[in-house]
Amino acid sequence: MIKEKYLHAGLLVFGVLAPFLFPNYTVQISLLWIMILFALTWDTLGGQMGYNSLGNIVFFGVGMYISAIVQIGVVYDVALYTSPDGAALTGNFAPAQYYTGLALGILAAAVGCVILAVLFSQVFFGLRGPYFAIGTLGLALAAGELVGAWDYVGGGGGIALPVFPSDPKSQGIFFYYLCLVSALATYVFLRWLYNTRFGLAINAIRDDEEKAEAMGIHTKRHKTAAWCTSAFFLGISGALFGNMTGFIEPLEVAFPTITFGIFMVAMALLGGKGTLWGPILGAIVFHLIKEVTWTYLLGWQWIALGTLIIINVVYFQQGILGWARDKWPDLFGLTVDEAMSSGSEKRGSS
Amino acid sequence: MSTPTIEVSNVSKSFGGVVANKMVSMKVEPGKITGLIGPNGSGKTTLFNSIVGYHPIDEGSIKFQGKEISKLRVQQIARLGMLRTFQQTRIYSKMNCVENILISVPHRTATFSDMFRKYPAELTDKAEHLLEFVGLYQKRHLISGDLSFGQQKLLEFAMALMNEPTVLLLDEPTAGINPTLINGLIDRLKRANEEFGITLFVIEHNMRVIMNLAEHMYCLAHGEMLANGTPDEIQNDQRVIDAYLGAH
Ligand SMILES: Nc1ncnc2c1ncn2[C@@H]1O[C@H](COP(=O)(O)OP(=O)(O)OP(=O)(O)O)[C@@H](O)[C@H]1O
Ligand SMILES: [Mg+2]
Repeated sequence: MIKEKYLHAGLLVFGVLAPFLFPNYTVQISLLWIMILFALTWDTLGGQMGYNSLGNIVFFGVGMYISAIVQIGVVYDVALYTSPDGAALTGNFAPAQYYTGLALGILAAAVGCVILAVLFSQVFFGLRGPYFAIGTLGLALAAGELVGAWDYVGGGGGIALPVFPSDPKSQGIFFYYLCLVSALATYVFLRWLYNTRFGLAINAIRDDEEKAEAMGIHTKRHKTAAWCTSAFFLGISGALFGNMTGFIEPLEVAFPTITFGIFMVAMALLGGKGTLWGPILGAIVFHLIKEVTWTYLLGWQWIALGTLIIINVVYFQQGILGWARDKWPDLFGLTVDEAMSSGSEKRGSS
Repeated sequence: MSTPTIEVSNVSKSFGGVVANKMVSMKVEPGKITGLIGPNGSGKTTLFNSIVGYHPIDEGSIKFQGKEISKLRVQQIARLGMLRTFQQTRIYSKMNCVENILISVPHRTATFSDMFRKYPAELTDKAEHLLEFVGLYQKRHLISGDLSFGQQKLLEFAMALMNEPTVLLLDEPTAGINPTLINGLIDRLKRANEEFGITLFVIEHNMRVIMNLAEHMYCLAHGEMLANGTPDEIQNDQRVIDAYLGAH
C-alpha cells in the first residue's frame, strides 16, 4: 500500500498552512474541506453500505437551520428576529454571545440531525435499490419547500445570521479552521469505524443484505447507525456553511439538491466508492475542476462538469482508486498466499 | 427420545395457485444428519425457507428445540442458532475470504457496543483455520466474488461453521462441486457434525452423497411428505422410486 502516513502528513501540513500560503483562496479551500466531508459521509451509505442516498443534503440544510435558530435564540426571540422589524438585530451580538451561540448551534445541529436520521431510518430503510434513491431525493426536494413555507425561520426569504464580531478576514480564517477540523474529524472517525466490525457489517449489507439477515446480523441497527454518522457530520458542515455565507435561504443555500446534493454522489463515484481515500481524492479533483471551469470556462462550466460525470460513469465506473486497484492488485494486498496452511500456529481453536 | 431440534407439523405453503408444501410434518433429531430428497420442484427449498422464517407459512407449526418459531423473522431465528446455506450460493462478493468469515461470527449475544469493537486475534486465527478446513487458505486474501462457484460453496460452508450454529440447513451442498472433490466435502460435513457437534439437515440430489451421509431421510414429492426412513428403506421404497421415475 502507498504509505498512508505521508498522505496524512501532506494533508495536515497543507490544511494548516493553506490560509497563509493561498490567502486569496481561503473560501475556496474551506469549501474543499466541506466537499471532502460531503463525499466521505455520502460514501458511508452509498459506497460502504450500498444505499445510494440522494437526500443527504437534507442534513446539511437542517443543520444550517438548527444552528441559526439556536444562535439567534440564545439572545433574541426568533420570531421577532425573522420579522421585518428584526433586521437591525443581526449586528447586535456581543462576542461572548456570538461564540456561545455558535458553539451551541453547531452542537444542536449535529444532535438534531442524528435524531432526524433515526426517524428517517424507520421509513426509508424499508426501501431498496432505486426506490431508496428516489425516496430520499423526494425527501430533499420536499425539505426545501417545507422550510420555505415556514415563516418562523424566515420562509422563502431566508435569515441573516448573526454577524461575526470581527473583520471579514478573521471570519474567513476562523471558519476555515473549523471546516478543516470537521473534515479531518470525519476522516479520522470513519477510518476508525471502517476498521471495526461495523465496517464489515455494512459491507456485508452492501454485498447481499438477504444473506446478512440469514446470518443473523442486526441489519437495521447497522443501517440506522450508519446514517446517523453521516447526519452528524453533515449537520456540522451545514452549521459552518451557513455562518460562512452569512445569509441562508432554503432552496439555493440550505437544500441545494441539484448542486451540492449531486456533487456528493459525483465526487465519491469519481474517486472510487467504497474506499476511504476514493471520496477524498474525488472531492479534490472534482472541486479543482469545478473551480477552474467556473473561472476560465464561464458559461460552459456545467457542460464541463456534466462531461466529467459522464466519462466517469461510462468508462471508469470503479472511480480513480477502483481503477488503480484493478491495475495493480498486489499494491492493495489482493494476492494468493504461497503457504498451504496457517502452519505452525497453535491448533485446535476451531 | 430428547426434544427434536426441528419439529415441523402440518405445514402448508402456497404461492398463488402453486401448492409448494402440503401438510408437511417431519423432525430433525439433535446431533444427527438428516437428509431431504425429492424431484425438482417438489418443495424442498420451500420447506427450508419456511423453517428459517424467510416467508410466513399458511398453516402449521414449526418448533426449534421445542420453541414455536413460525412467527419469528429470519434474523431472530438465525440468532437462535439455526442457519441455512442457499441453493444459489450466497457470499459477500466484494469482500475477501477472511472478511466473509469474520463477519459471520455469531450475533446471538451482540450488544450495541459490540458493533464498534475490533476482531481479536483469536477470531482471525479461527477464520484462517476454517478456511484451511475447507481448502481455501491460500485464497484467503482474494475477493470472494472472483472464486469459482465450487469454491464459493465451500466458503459459504465455512461461514456457516464460523457462526457456530446448533443446526445447519444445507441446500444442495455438492451441486456444482467437482466430483473428485465430493468425497472430501462429505468428509468435512461429517466432521462438522461429529467434531463441531452441529446437527445437519441436508437437501441433496446426489443419491450416493446422501446415502453416505444421512442417518435418517425424508422424501418430498409434489409438496407432500412421501416417505421417511433409513437410507436403505428409502432407497427400496417403491413410492420413492416411482416419484423419481415418474417425475416428469
Ligand atoms: N417465491 C416463489 N414464488 C412462486 N412460486 C414459488 C416460489 N418458490 C417456489 N415456488 C414454487 O414452488 C414449487 C417448489 O419449489 P422449490 O424451490 O421448493 O422446489 P425444490 O424441491 O427446491 O426444487 P429443486 O430441486 O429444483 O431445487 C415450484 O413449483 C416453484 O415454482
Ligand atoms: Mg431447491
